[in-house]
Formats: sequence, structure tokens, C-alpha cells
Amino acid sequence: MTVHTTSPQFKQNAARALHDPQLQKALNNVKQGFIDKRQAAADKLPEFEALRDSARDIKNHTLEHLDLYLEAYEEKVKASGGHVHFARNADEAREIILNICRDAGAKTVTKGKSMISEEIGINHYLEANGIRPVETDLGEYIIQLRNELPSHIIAPAVHLNATQVEQDFRRVHTHLDAKRDLSEPVQLLTEARAVLRERFLAADVGITGANFLVAETGTSIIVTNEGNGDLTQILPKTHIVLASIEKLVPTLEDASQLLRVLARSATGQEMSVYTTFSTGPRRSGDADGPENYHVVMIDNGRSSMLGTSFEEMLRCIRCGACMNHCPVYHAVGGHAYGWVYPGPMGAVLTPSLIGVDKAGHLPNASTFCGRCESVCPVRIPLPKLMRHWREREFERHLTPASVRSGLRLWGFFAKRPALYRFATRAAMATLGFAGRQRGRFSWLPLAKGWTKHRDFPAPEGETFQARWQRERNRRAA
Amino acid sequence: MSARDEIFASIRRSLGVKGNEAIRRQIVQDRLERAPKGVIPTRGQVSGEERIALFRTMAEASLATVTEVGSPAEVPQSVALYLRNHNLPATVRMGDDPRLKTMPWSETTLEISHGPSQGGDLNAVSHAFGGVAETGTLAMISGPENPSTLNFLPDNHIIVVSAKDIASDYESVWNRVRFAFGKGSMPRTVNWITGPSRSGDIEQTLLLGAHGPRRLHVIVVQE
Repeated sequence: MTVHTTSPQFKQNAARALHDPQLQKALNNVKQGFIDKRQAAADKLPEFEALRDSARDIKNHTLEHLDLYLEAYEEKVKASGGHVHFARNADEAREIILNICRDAGAKTVTKGKSMISEEIGINHYLEANGIRPVETDLGEYIIQLRNELPSHIIAPAVHLNATQVEQDFRRVHTHLDAKRDLSEPVQLLTEARAVLRERFLAADVGITGANFLVAETGTSIIVTNEGNGDLTQILPKTHIVLASIEKLVPTLEDASQLLRVLARSATGQEMSVYTTFSTGPRRSGDADGPENYHVVMIDNGRSSMLGTSFEEMLRCIRCGACMNHCPVYHAVGGHAYGWVYPGPMGAVLTPSLIGVDKAGHLPNASTFCGRCESVCPVRIPLPKLMRHWREREFERHLTPASVRSGLRLWGFFAKRPALYRFATRAAMATLGFAGRQRGRFSWLPLAKGWTKHRDFPAPEGETFQARWQRERNRRAA
Repeated sequence: MSARDEIFASIRRSLGVKGNEAIRRQIVQDRLERAPKGVIPTRGQVSGEERIALFRTMAEASLATVTEVGSPAEVPQSVALYLRNHNLPATVRMGDDPRLKTMPWSETTLEISHGPSQGGDLNAVSHAFGGVAETGTLAMISGPENPSTLNFLPDNHIIVVSAKDIASDYESVWNRVRFAFGKGSMPRTVNWITGPSRSGDIEQTLLLGAHGPRRLHVIVVQE
């Protein structure tokens, strides 16, 4: 397909992540920052929940009429002097982008942050064809220097600590004084700003993603805090917008509804610093701006998600709230997921795009605690969709034999309630008796996967069902 | 079949539609025509002094600085004072905005140059199309009057906005854009700006001055 995936090795990836002290230190920043900031922003806006409903409804409406909004959008882009290209898959998208870059005589290309560009692996392709892509979002720039994928969809370098960034800058920015002080994060930022400023001014083509596309006006919208996306698109002669087809919304009003939930859900800001609405190339009289404006509309598996239970995933606006609130993401970080999209949204989207045979571990990597769904600005039922994948995985016999036979055994008892009650009571009584001294087990037969890492708490000798029955009788009496 | 046609065919197959259903077309056309507003936060629904005060509070929360002047004639002195207070050179770059042009810049010692930025300008002055009190956001429109490069390349960006152009919400700004450019048409670029450039990409620590201006100063002009 597109970018190399290590999703099939999720378990090994996760084990490695858990034993990586640098990563574990960096992941603390996710747990501490994002959750409180989002909550504070939501609390400050009484209409926040109503806006989430509105955002969900707008996306649903658009998806139900996607063909027609796509037609309207295409017409408007053309009317404003822009070009629209269609790509069924990553190969076609890369080819289209390369051709535009060649027509522009491009040697270097600056890039704003774009997840679809990661999905189609455009950087390596351009490089292989003699064109130098330069990521300009600070986090993306850092991971490009390290030849890594983003580990988070809005904070791509969240897995790194400042000392690691310092080492990378010293390794790559060899034209600068080797004795310079880079001990403070602000010094790293200042250095990146100076290095990238030259790249911005020298670039022949600028490539950005799109947070939204507006059918009413043929407008593409990008949202950044750094301003890198804007410098990427206004300085070079040619601006290429990469967007997957589900980015469409009908009107500017609809986009404004979605923008009200995006930044609040993502970083807890009332509004991102720069929200930019671009419509076509430079107009007559303009003193700056791109002379050519191209949009590459990419399907890459989306159109076949429509009309299925996974259509709901196409509402995603890539805010990152689900991963910011996910205990599994907090524990293993984004790279363990093994492809472009991590966290709960990745656990649902990745199997749709690269196949459940490769990404089957991801929907299993969930405690089903439901926090992701409770914070999703477009109310995607992520746990339900992960459960759908688990069912499909089971139906297609992709689940390991031990799990299947375990489930079969459990199913045998579950379908025979009397036997189930008898067996669980006997088991709980035995475990309760055996563990009555210490209150926990450090070893149990068949439970090594649990007891290797932590003690198993001893049951109190009674099953939940038995206790429930007893309490109910007591209250009825 | 072209890639375009195949994508449309695939979408329609999945949705179980042909694409020529009159009802669907009508629904889409209505939505594009009427552009329904959705949920508008009550926060911004205030007027007069209260709205300016809200704009100021929200802009300052986004780490911009805000000052108010009584008339357009006071803007040049206010710009000069701001630059002096921050020990910045007395040079500014600006576009051909007629509102800025009629201001008495010669009463100051500021060295003014005109046109877009090539990257070498420390300070820029732009005139906003409007403001949004709800979040302290400024709406900028591209063109020779206020070139977009001035919004991003200089280190210090000073934005002048008329108090009467500060709206309650984004939707009111879109109404004015439609009035100025026609329904369904847009200027090449509309920039919403809320505070100075920043990044949290290193250890999630907020740092100002990532790629755009390190400082954003807003001058609200009464009258």
C-alpha cells in the first residue's frame, strides 16, 4: 500500500514502548496538559455540547450528499482559477503531485502539516525523484530529521524530549556554531525558525493539507498555531492542497461550527492562532500569493466506507482528543500503533485503510473505558466501531486459536446460566479461600500474562451475581 | 473510466444513489443558498462598549496586546509609541490600504515603506476587515491594500481595526464578506488571526514566535 506498517507487530511495539524511559517521560506531557485544557475550554462555553451535536450533524449531512457537494466544490474551485485533481489511491496522488512539482520546475518543496501526506508517503516519493521536501511545522520538522512518523496527529513529536531535539539539531545544523547554547526549548525554537525561514523563501512549491473544504465557495481551510502553513502557501509560486474527500462541508457557516469545536477539543484554545481560508490563485492586483492553486482530492479507501458502519469514522476532524484521553495511548505512545494514525481513531481507521488482517491488534488495544467517545467533538462511537472490528476479525478467523477456544469455552458456560453460576461460585470460593491470607496472588495457573506484571487481587469468595441476588432480597424484605 | 468518474461512482454505489435524484439536489442547493447558521454562542451577543470590551479580553487572553484610540488620526502616534516602548526600530511596512494612507504618518518620525514583505521587515501595520468579539479574532483580507505576507513574515505585527467592524461572531463577518464580494465568492485569502504565532511542539511547552510574528498588537479605532 503506502507507508510501511508495523501494525501487525503491535504487541512487540507496545512492549518496547513500555520499556523506553525517554518515551515514558515524554508521554507524561500528554497526560498532564491536554485533558485539563480541553475541559477548561469546554466549561467556558455553555454551548459546547450543542456545538458538538451541530458538528456531528453537519458531517453526517455532508457525507450523505458527498457526491453533490464534491461536484459543487469542484465547480467553485475552477471558477476561482484553481485546478482540481482526483486520485483513487496513494499511487495516483503521488504521481499527480510529482507532475505538478515538475511543471513548476521545483527543486525544494515546503510542507505544512498534513496527515494525508503521511498516509500517501509523499516525502519519500519526492525525494526519490530528486525533489527535496521540507516539513515546516516544528514537530514535523523534528521528526523528519529523525526519519520517523508522527506519533500524534496534532503533536507529531510528543514522544520526544528537548534533549533529543537538541541532539538532532546539532547533528543536522552543522553550519552553526558547535558551541552554541541550546539548553532551553526557546533556543531550539529560535534556531528552527531561522533555518526554516530560508527554506520558506527558497521553496518553489508549497504543499498543505486541508482541515476543511467549503463547497459553497471552493475554499480550502488550514488551521495552525505557528503560521508555517501560511508561509508554505503564500510564498512559493505554486500551492498544492492535499485533501481526502471527507473534508468537505457545505458552507462557511458550517465550517465555523466545526472550527468552534476543533481547537477547543485539540489544544483547549478558544481558537487556533491562524485559520486561513484560501480560494484559488493570486488575483489581479495582488502583490503576493501563489500563482497556481491545485487541489488533489484523494479517496484512498474512503468512498467504500460510506454506507457501512464505519461511515461514522469519516466525521473525524483530526483533533487528537481521543488519543489525549486514551489510557492505552498514554502507556505506549503513537508509534506502537505502527502506521500513520494512532490512538482510538487510528484503531478504527487503520483497519479500514490497510486491512484488518494487518491492523487487527489495534481495535483490541482498548480497555473500552469510553473516554474517547465522551470527548470526540463529532461524537464518533469509537468503542462501538472497535468492537465491530473485533467481530470482523473473529468472523474472518484472524483471532488466535487460544483466544478462540477460550471464547468458545466461556460461550459454553454463558449459554447455560445454571452451570455458569455453579462454576463461577465454585471458582470464586476456591480462590477466595486460597487467597484469604495475603488478599492477592503473585502466581496463578493460566494467568501468567497478568501476574508477570502485577498481583491478581483475591476474590472475596462470592460472585457478583450472588451478591446482587442477596442485596435484592434484603431490600425487598 | 477516469479517476474522477470512478470516485464519484464509488461514492454513489456506497450511498445507494444515482446522483440525479431531484430531492437530494434540492436539499444540497437549499443548504448552499441559505447557509443556515447553527449554534451561535451567546457570549459574543453583546453590543457597543461591552462588545469592544469582550473583544479586548479575548484578544488579550490569546496573548495579543490591545490599545484603543479615539480616531484614525491618532493611529500613527500610537504605532510610534508601541515601537518605542518595545525598543523596536522606527520602521514599518504596510500595503496600500486607503484607510491607513489617509492617516497622518508624517506627524511621526516613522520610516514607512509600502508593499508586500520579502522577509526583511521587522514591523508591519495592516488594517483588518473586521474583528470577532467571541474569541478576540481579527479577520484579514488579501489584496494590495493589505498583502498577506505582512501578516506572517514580520516579527511584530500591528493590526488596526475599526470599532464598528468588530462583530459578535464569525457569521456576521461572513455576511459582510458576502456583501463585499458576492454570495459564493471569496477573496483569495481570508486570515483569521487570534494572538501571536506559537508552538507547543517541544515538550508541550507554549513558546511564542514560532514562524509568524512574535508579537501581535491591536489598535482599536473608535468612531
